[in-house]
Amino acid sequence: MDVQTWTYILVGLTFTLYIGIAIWSRAGSTKEFYVAGGSVSPLANGMATAADWMSAASFLSMAGIIAFSGYDGSVYLMGWTGGYVLLALLLAPYLRKFGKFTVPDFIGDRYYSNTARLVAIFCALLVSFTYVAGQMRGVGLVFSRFLEVDINTGVIIGMIIVLFYAVLGGMKGITYTQVAQYCVLIFAFMVPAIFISLQMTGNPIPQLGMGSTLADGSGTFLLDKLDGLSTELGFAAYTDGSKSMIDVFAITLALMVGTAGLPHVIVRFFTVKRVKDARKSAGYALLLIAILYTAAPAIAVFAKTNMIDSVVNKTYEEQPEWLKNYENIGLIAWTDKNNDGVVQYGPGEAFIGKPAFDGEARTAVGARAVTNANPGNPNELYVDRDIMVLANPEIANLPAWLIALVAAGALAAALSTAAGLLLVISSSVSHDLIKKVINPNISEKGELMAARLAAVAAVCVAGYFGINPPGFVAAVVALAFGLAAASFFPAIILGIFYKRMNREGAISGMVVGITVMLLYMIKYKLGWFDAVLPSKEEWWFGISPEGFGTIAMLVNFTVSLVVCYFTAPPPQEVQDIVENIRIPSGVGEATGH
Amino acid sequence: MPLDKKANAAAYWKENIRYLTILLIIWFIVSYGAGILFKEPLDNFRLGGFKLGFWFAQQGSIYVFVILIFVYVQLMNKLDKKYGYDEE
Repeated sequence: MDVQTWTYILVGLTFTLYIGIAIWSRAGSTKEFYVAGGSVSPLANGMATAADWMSAASFLSMAGIIAFSGYDGSVYLMGWTGGYVLLALLLAPYLRKFGKFTVPDFIGDRYYSNTARLVAIFCALLVSFTYVAGQMRGVGLVFSRFLEVDINTGVIIGMIIVLFYAVLGGMKGITYTQVAQYCVLIFAFMVPAIFISLQMTGNPIPQLGMGSTLADGSGTFLLDKLDGLSTELGFAAYTDGSKSMIDVFAITLALMVGTAGLPHVIVRFFTVKRVKDARKSAGYALLLIAILYTAAPAIAVFAKTNMIDSVVNKTYEEQPEWLKNYENIGLIAWTDKNNDGVVQYGPGEAFIGKPAFDGEARTAVGARAVTNANPGNPNELYVDRDIMVLANPEIANLPAWLIALVAAGALAAALSTAAGLLLVISSSVSHDLIKKVINPNISEKGELMAARLAAVAAVCVAGYFGINPPGFVAAVVALAFGLAAASFFPAIILGIFYKRMNREGAISGMVVGITVMLLYMIKYKLGWFDAVLPSKEEWWFGISPEGFGTIAMLVNFTVSLVVCYFTAPPPQEVQDIVENIRIPSGVGEATGH
Repeated sequence: MPLDKKANAAAYWKENIRYLTILLIIWFIVSYGAGILFKEPLDNFRLGGFKLGFWFAQQGSIYVFVILIFVYVQLMNKLDKKYGYDEE
């Protein structure tokens, strides 16, 4: 059977499974809709959290980004796992003890103010929407590559599936589908990795294979070979970076703190029974995430070495089949700048911008003709970073069913994250905004209806952005972490660890923090303030927009503490709440009242 | 007795903060220390085919993170028992 048939079979099977789970676990009350009834086991919650967390970006793009940035890619590996330590130690147990449905709930009650609640709702919606648009796009991409449907059709199919189980099942449906999706995605990620590791190094464990000698009997370590190949081609050695140390530090910290502050991750810890379950499920979540996150850098090394070996300095006729396949869908492009008929690869972008193909026109040797301007470097090869994971099984000549499995895994990763985000959006609207601010007298049934309607609206908006991605979405997704770091993290930490923290301090900290972050992002990432995007030399302290969340977080902390110092302490009953959440026993079930 | 209860809670919180401080120092050392600030000197040592600093940045720190959370779970479960806050 060919890849396409296998893909139809595997994607069809997994989708049937998700829908079956959704029907079995539909939500009957707001409590089931928001927090799955508050009785999910720690292991199931750990699996759901892991699937929720690992998005299309983790599954598809991360290994590719690392493959093309070497050591610099470490910021994502450490940043997106280290945040769980903060979450487990500083947030999850206390928020669970607090026992409400959402993050704005905590902010609103702890800071005894609907203004604080509204600021938190705004931040939650901003973070979640920037993030969800990227997921829908990811779904569309996988569909278009493997099922050869139009990318927009792919987005719509994805929307219908998510709509089905998020609206019907709420958190309960999402939790159990995410458990299934975790199994699918980790299997799909690891099986090809194991095969390739065996092929290249003879070691079946990719994490160890990465540090082993090559299977060709030369006795050379794989990483040494890749370092050698990289420097030969004019790049920095793979195991050395090219980013400055302060920027690597800032980006890692922003990603860690942002991870701990993401509302769709935090809310998962409201679904377990006791405080000790919240701690334990954070441990399971990170363990299950770490399996993928330690394998991804190994895949990056295998794929990069394979790519250089099989593509670079060969003629077009000698190129492998997969290169031509990806060239056909525009994710690889080659232009023979020096007319020697051989593919040269080196530092710098091969073209200015994305490849612009000259229709279906072909060059004399059969490559697709490209019309881009030449930026004046000898690099002739454009490779889209996202294809590393998708193409890996093809590069390594693995069987068709494995290639199809990767497609099913990528869909599981994208759908599970999208569903988690949609739930945050819908509960922010129905619970935080409607129930807590606009109409406190709404009935349980009315609130459930509002939650479902909000979920439908959120899916439509996300789908719209998936089909018509505004140019800034891709740029902004990475910055969702900066926004979370700049807004929620300080307010929650201070709310738990500093009893004296008051309303005035928290609100001004959040507002100033997120404003500074947005302004820096608009100036240095989107370039809306200037005629041209300002260069790296103008970055404050040499910190990129991705790392600026660290600075914005420090600004938030400082403003909060200074304002708090000059304003009245919180009322006694709020101080009592803080005393109470510090003690793990006597936890009620999560409630909305 | 509310006063006793308060003293108990305060003592529990103090021990909790001590654990957090120790665990977070380790968290900082393996990632920001070994993986970033001292990456270059550590790269002179090797662990199989890995340069040590690079290994910490792409593998080692993540393993330590997982261990840290499970150690924290164990410590806190014990602490909960010691202060009578555990629930079955």
